[in-house]
Amino acid sequence: MTLPIEQDRIEKRIELKAPISRVWSALTDHREFGPWFRVDLQGLFVPGQTSRGQITYPGYEHLQWEAVVQKMEPERLFSFTWKPTAIDPKKDYSKEPSTLVEFRLRPKGERTVLTLTESGFSKLPFDHRDEAFRRNDDGWTDQMKNIERHVEQAN
Amino acid sequence: MSSKRTSAVADQRLFRQHAPVFAALSDETRLSLLATLSAGVPCSISQLTADSKMSRQAITKHLRVLETAGLVRAETAGRERRFQLEPRPLGEARAYLDLVSQQWDEALTQLKKLVETDE
Repeated sequence: MTLPIEQDRIEKRIELKAPISRVWSALTDHREFGPWFRVDLQGLFVPGQTSRGQITYPGYEHLQWEAVVQKMEPERLFSFTWKPTAIDPKKDYSKEPSTLVEFRLRPKGERTVLTLTESGFSKLPFDHRDEAFRRNDDGWTDQMKNIERHVEQAN
Repeated sequence: MSSKRTSAVADQRLFRQHAPVFAALSDETRLSLLATLSAGVPCSISQLTADSKMSRQAITKHLRVLETAGLVRAETAGRERRFQLEPRPLGEARAYLDLVSQQWDEALTQLKKLVETDE
Protein backbone atom coordinates (compact mmCIF):
# COMPACT_ATOMS: atom_id res chain seq x y z
CA MET A 1 0.00 0.00 0.00
CA THR A 2 1.06 3.59 -0.53
CA LEU A 3 1.27 5.82 2.50
CA PRO A 4 0.02 9.36 1.99
CA ILE A 5 3.21 11.08 3.11
CA GLU A 6 2.58 13.90 0.66
CA GLN A 7 -0.95 14.46 1.88
CA ASP A 8 -0.22 17.57 3.83
CA ARG A 9 -0.99 19.58 0.72
CA ILE A 10 -3.09 19.93 -2.38
CA GLU A 11 -1.52 21.40 -5.48
CA LYS A 12 -3.16 22.45 -8.76
CA ARG A 13 -1.64 23.98 -11.87
CA ILE A 14 -3.71 25.64 -14.53
CA GLU A 15 -2.84 27.60 -17.67
CA LEU A 16 -5.03 30.62 -18.34
CA LYS A 17 -5.47 32.31 -21.69
CA ALA A 18 -5.11 35.77 -20.18
CA PRO A 19 -2.22 38.08 -19.36
CA ILE A 20 -0.80 37.99 -15.86
CA SER A 21 -2.16 41.44 -14.98
CA ARG A 22 -5.69 40.23 -15.72
CA VAL A 23 -5.28 37.12 -13.54
CA TRP A 24 -3.74 39.16 -10.74
CA SER A 25 -6.75 41.43 -10.65
CA ALA A 26 -9.20 38.50 -10.71
CA LEU A 27 -7.39 37.06 -7.67
CA THR A 28 -6.80 40.14 -5.59
CA ASP A 29 -9.61 42.58 -6.37
CA HIS A 30 -12.22 41.47 -3.85
CA ARG A 31 -15.08 42.40 -6.23
CA GLU A 32 -13.66 39.97 -8.79
CA PHE A 33 -12.57 37.29 -6.33
CA GLY A 34 -16.06 37.00 -4.86
CA PRO A 35 -17.95 35.70 -7.91
CA TRP A 36 -15.58 32.88 -8.87
CA PHE A 37 -14.75 31.86 -5.30
CA ARG A 38 -18.43 32.21 -4.38
CA VAL A 39 -18.18 34.58 -1.47
CA ASP A 40 -19.66 38.04 -1.04
CA LEU A 41 -16.78 40.18 0.28
CA GLN A 42 -17.11 43.53 2.00
CA GLY A 43 -13.66 45.04 1.79
CA LEU A 44 -10.27 45.16 0.11
CA PHE A 45 -7.62 42.50 0.60
CA VAL A 46 -4.83 43.90 2.74
CA PRO A 47 -1.86 41.84 3.96
CA GLY A 48 -2.14 41.10 7.67
CA GLN A 49 -5.84 41.90 7.76
CA THR A 50 -8.83 39.66 8.09
CA SER A 51 -11.20 39.49 5.15
CA ARG A 52 -14.81 38.62 5.90
CA GLY A 53 -17.81 37.84 3.78
CA GLN A 54 -20.85 35.69 3.26
CA ILE A 55 -20.38 32.44 1.38
CA THR A 56 -22.53 32.22 -1.76
CA TYR A 57 -21.74 28.61 -2.61
CA PRO A 58 -25.10 26.83 -2.98
CA GLY A 59 -25.99 25.06 0.26
CA TYR A 60 -23.36 26.92 2.30
CA GLU A 61 -24.95 30.39 2.24
CA HIS A 62 -25.49 30.38 6.01
CA LEU A 63 -21.73 30.42 6.57
CA GLN A 64 -19.30 33.28 7.02
CA TRP A 65 -16.04 33.32 5.12
CA GLU A 66 -13.04 34.49 7.07
CA ALA A 67 -9.44 34.58 5.91
CA VAL A 68 -6.29 36.42 6.91
CA VAL A 69 -4.44 37.82 3.92
CA GLN A 70 -0.75 36.91 4.16
CA LYS A 71 1.19 38.03 1.09
CA MET A 72 0.44 40.18 -1.92
CA GLU A 73 3.48 40.35 -4.18
CA PRO A 74 2.10 41.94 -7.37
CA GLU A 75 1.65 39.51 -10.26
CA ARG A 76 3.62 36.86 -8.38
CA LEU A 77 2.08 35.64 -5.17
CA PHE A 78 -1.21 36.03 -3.32
CA SER A 79 -1.77 34.01 -0.15
CA PHE A 80 -4.16 33.76 2.76
CA THR A 81 -4.81 31.48 5.69
CA TRP A 82 -8.24 30.19 6.57
CA LYS A 83 -9.91 27.54 8.62
CA PRO A 84 -11.52 24.86 6.50
CA THR A 85 -13.08 23.35 9.64
CA ALA A 86 -15.08 26.50 10.42
CA ILE A 87 -18.43 25.31 9.24
CA ASP A 88 -20.71 25.64 12.28
CA PRO A 89 -21.85 29.29 12.49
CA LYS A 90 -22.50 28.99 16.24
CA LYS A 91 -19.02 27.84 17.17
CA ASP A 92 -15.93 29.92 17.92
CA TYR A 93 -13.07 28.77 15.70
CA SER A 94 -10.61 31.49 16.59
CA LYS A 95 -8.22 29.05 18.28
CA GLU A 96 -8.38 26.40 15.56
CA PRO A 97 -5.39 25.97 13.26
CA SER A 98 -5.49 27.24 9.70
CA THR A 99 -4.42 25.97 6.34
CA LEU A 100 -2.40 28.17 3.98
CA VAL A 101 -3.70 28.90 0.48
CA GLU A 102 -1.19 30.24 -2.06
CA PHE A 103 -1.71 31.40 -5.62
CA ARG A 104 1.53 31.71 -7.59
CA LEU A 105 1.63 33.31 -11.02
CA ARG A 106 4.14 32.97 -13.83
CA PRO A 107 3.88 34.44 -17.35
CA LYS A 108 3.99 32.12 -20.35
CA GLY A 109 3.95 34.29 -23.45
CA GLU A 110 0.56 35.98 -23.52
CA ARG A 111 -0.74 33.42 -21.06
CA THR A 112 -0.45 32.86 -17.33
CA VAL A 113 0.40 29.74 -15.39
CA LEU A 114 -1.36 29.66 -12.03
CA THR A 115 -0.25 27.27 -9.30
CA LEU A 116 -2.54 26.85 -6.34
CA THR A 117 -1.48 25.10 -3.14
CA GLU A 118 -3.35 24.52 0.07
CA SER A 119 -1.15 23.14 2.83
CA GLY A 120 -1.13 22.44 6.54
CA PHE A 121 -3.64 19.60 6.84
CA SER A 122 -1.27 17.65 9.07
CA LYS A 123 -0.92 20.54 11.53
CA LEU A 124 -4.41 20.00 12.80
CA PRO A 125 -4.21 19.15 16.46
CA PHE A 126 -4.43 15.62 17.62
CA ASP A 127 -7.04 16.40 20.30
CA HIS A 128 -9.35 17.48 17.50
CA ARG A 129 -11.22 14.21 17.45
CA ASP A 130 -14.80 13.98 18.55
CA GLU A 131 -17.34 11.25 18.93
CA ALA A 132 -18.01 11.10 15.20
CA PHE A 133 -14.47 9.87 14.86
CA ARG A 134 -14.81 7.20 17.51
CA ARG A 135 -18.07 5.97 16.06
CA ASN A 136 -16.31 4.88 12.89
CA ASP A 137 -19.56 5.41 11.10
CA ASP A 138 -20.71 3.01 8.41
CA GLY A 139 -22.82 5.74 6.85
CA TRP A 140 -19.63 7.46 5.82
CA THR A 141 -19.53 6.10 2.28
CA ASP A 142 -23.10 7.25 1.64
CA GLN A 143 -22.33 10.72 2.95
CA MET A 144 -19.32 10.87 0.70
CA LYS A 145 -21.51 10.07 -2.31
CA ASN A 146 -24.01 12.74 -1.26
CA ILE A 147 -21.28 15.32 -1.11
CA GLU A 148 -19.84 14.30 -4.45
CA ARG A 149 -23.28 14.53 -6.01
CA HIS A 150 -23.77 17.91 -4.39
CA VAL A 151 -20.47 19.22 -5.68
CA GLU A 152 -21.21 17.93 -9.18
CA GLN A 153 -24.69 19.45 -9.26
CA ALA A 154 -23.35 22.80 -8.15
CA ASN A 155 -21.41 23.12 -11.41
CA MET B 1 -31.86 22.97 0.51
CA SER B 2 -32.01 20.85 3.64
CA SER B 3 -30.08 18.04 1.98
CA LYS B 4 -27.37 20.53 1.03
CA ARG B 5 -27.11 21.67 4.61
CA THR B 6 -26.73 18.06 5.59
CA SER B 7 -23.80 17.95 3.21
CA ALA B 8 -22.17 20.88 4.97
CA VAL B 9 -22.56 19.14 8.30
CA ALA B 10 -21.26 15.90 6.86
CA ASP B 11 -18.35 17.83 5.44
CA GLN B 12 -17.39 19.06 8.86
CA ARG B 13 -17.78 15.61 10.31
CA LEU B 14 -15.52 14.20 7.65
CA PHE B 15 -12.90 16.76 8.42
CA ARG B 16 -13.04 16.11 12.13
CA GLN B 17 -12.86 12.45 11.45
CA HIS B 18 -9.68 12.92 9.49
CA ALA B 19 -7.89 15.51 11.56
CA PRO B 20 -6.32 12.94 13.90
CA VAL B 21 -5.33 10.83 10.93
CA PHE B 22 -3.45 13.72 9.30
CA ALA B 23 -1.82 14.60 12.60
CA ALA B 24 -0.84 11.01 13.24
CA LEU B 25 0.79 10.84 9.81
CA SER B 26 2.87 13.96 10.32
CA ASP B 27 5.74 12.13 11.95
CA GLU B 28 8.57 10.11 10.40
CA THR B 29 8.64 7.45 13.13
CA ARG B 30 4.94 6.81 12.83
CA LEU B 31 5.15 6.64 9.05
CA SER B 32 7.94 4.12 9.32
CA LEU B 33 5.94 2.04 11.83
CA LEU B 34 3.03 2.03 9.39
CA ALA B 35 5.36 1.05 6.56
CA THR B 36 6.57 -1.92 8.61
CA LEU B 37 3.04 -2.95 9.51
CA SER B 38 1.85 -2.57 5.91
CA ALA B 39 3.56 -5.90 5.19
CA GLY B 40 0.47 -7.38 6.84
CA VAL B 41 2.20 -9.28 9.64
CA PRO B 42 1.08 -8.35 13.18
CA CYS B 43 4.08 -7.19 15.23
CA SER B 44 4.77 -6.89 18.95
CA ILE B 45 6.29 -3.78 20.52
CA SER B 46 9.58 -5.69 20.95
CA GLN B 47 9.70 -6.54 17.25
CA LEU B 48 8.93 -2.97 16.27
CA THR B 49 11.53 -1.61 18.70
CA ALA B 50 14.17 -3.98 17.31
CA ASP B 51 13.64 -2.50 13.83
CA SER B 52 14.15 1.03 15.09
CA LYS B 53 16.74 3.15 16.85
CA MET B 54 14.19 4.37 19.36
CA SER B 55 13.42 3.20 22.86
CA ARG B 56 10.59 0.84 23.62
CA GLN B 57 8.91 3.65 25.52
CA ALA B 58 9.04 5.98 22.53
CA ILE B 59 7.71 3.31 20.17
CA THR B 60 4.88 2.58 22.62
CA LYS B 61 3.96 6.25 22.65
CA HIS B 62 3.86 6.46 18.85
CA LEU B 63 1.80 3.29 18.64
CA ARG B 64 -0.69 4.81 21.04
CA VAL B 65 -1.08 7.85 18.76
CA LEU B 66 -1.62 5.57 15.76
CA GLU B 67 -4.07 3.43 17.70
CA THR B 68 -6.13 6.43 18.83
CA ALA B 69 -6.28 7.69 15.24
CA GLY B 70 -7.56 4.26 14.24
CA LEU B 71 -4.57 3.59 12.00
CA VAL B 72 -3.45 0.49 13.87
CA ARG B 73 -5.31 -2.10 15.87
CA ALA B 74 -3.88 -4.17 18.72
CA GLU B 75 -4.70 -7.75 19.59
CA THR B 76 -3.56 -9.48 22.72
CA ALA B 77 -1.74 -12.75 22.09
CA GLY B 78 -0.77 -14.36 25.39
CA ARG B 79 1.09 -11.72 27.37
CA GLU B 80 1.91 -9.67 24.32
CA ARG B 81 0.04 -7.11 22.30
CA ARG B 82 0.44 -7.38 18.56
CA PHE B 83 -0.22 -4.45 16.31
CA GLN B 84 -1.58 -4.48 12.80
CA LEU B 85 -2.43 -1.91 10.20
CA GLU B 86 -5.99 -0.67 9.83
CA PRO B 87 -6.09 0.59 6.23
CA ARG B 88 -9.53 2.19 6.24
CA PRO B 89 -8.77 5.59 7.83
CA LEU B 90 -6.00 6.17 5.31
CA GLY B 91 -8.45 5.64 2.49
CA GLU B 92 -10.94 7.96 4.13
CA ALA B 93 -8.36 10.69 4.69
CA ARG B 94 -7.45 10.41 1.04
CA ALA B 95 -11.13 10.71 0.10
CA TYR B 96 -11.43 13.89 2.17
CA LEU B 97 -8.50 15.50 0.39
CA ASP B 98 -10.05 14.39 -2.90
CA LEU B 99 -13.17 16.31 -1.96
CA VAL B 100 -11.21 19.47 -1.12
CA SER B 101 -9.29 18.98 -4.34
CA GLN B 102 -12.54 18.71 -6.32
CA GLN B 103 -13.79 21.96 -4.78
CA TRP B 104 -10.60 23.71 -5.89
CA ASP B 105 -11.02 22.34 -9.41
CA GLU B 106 -14.46 23.84 -9.48
CA ALA B 107 -13.30 27.25 -8.21
CA LEU B 108 -10.41 27.37 -10.67
CA THR B 109 -12.76 26.50 -13.53
CA GLN B 110 -14.87 29.52 -12.55
CA LEU B 111 -11.75 31.70 -12.43
CA LYS B 112 -10.69 30.47 -15.87
CA LYS B 113 -14.09 31.37 -17.29
CA LEU B 114 -13.87 34.82 -15.76
CA VAL B 115 -10.42 35.78 -17.04
CA GLU B 116 -10.74 34.16 -20.46
CA THR B 117 -14.12 35.52 -21.50
CA ASP B 118 -13.98 39.19 -20.60
CA GLU B 119 -11.26 40.36 -22.95
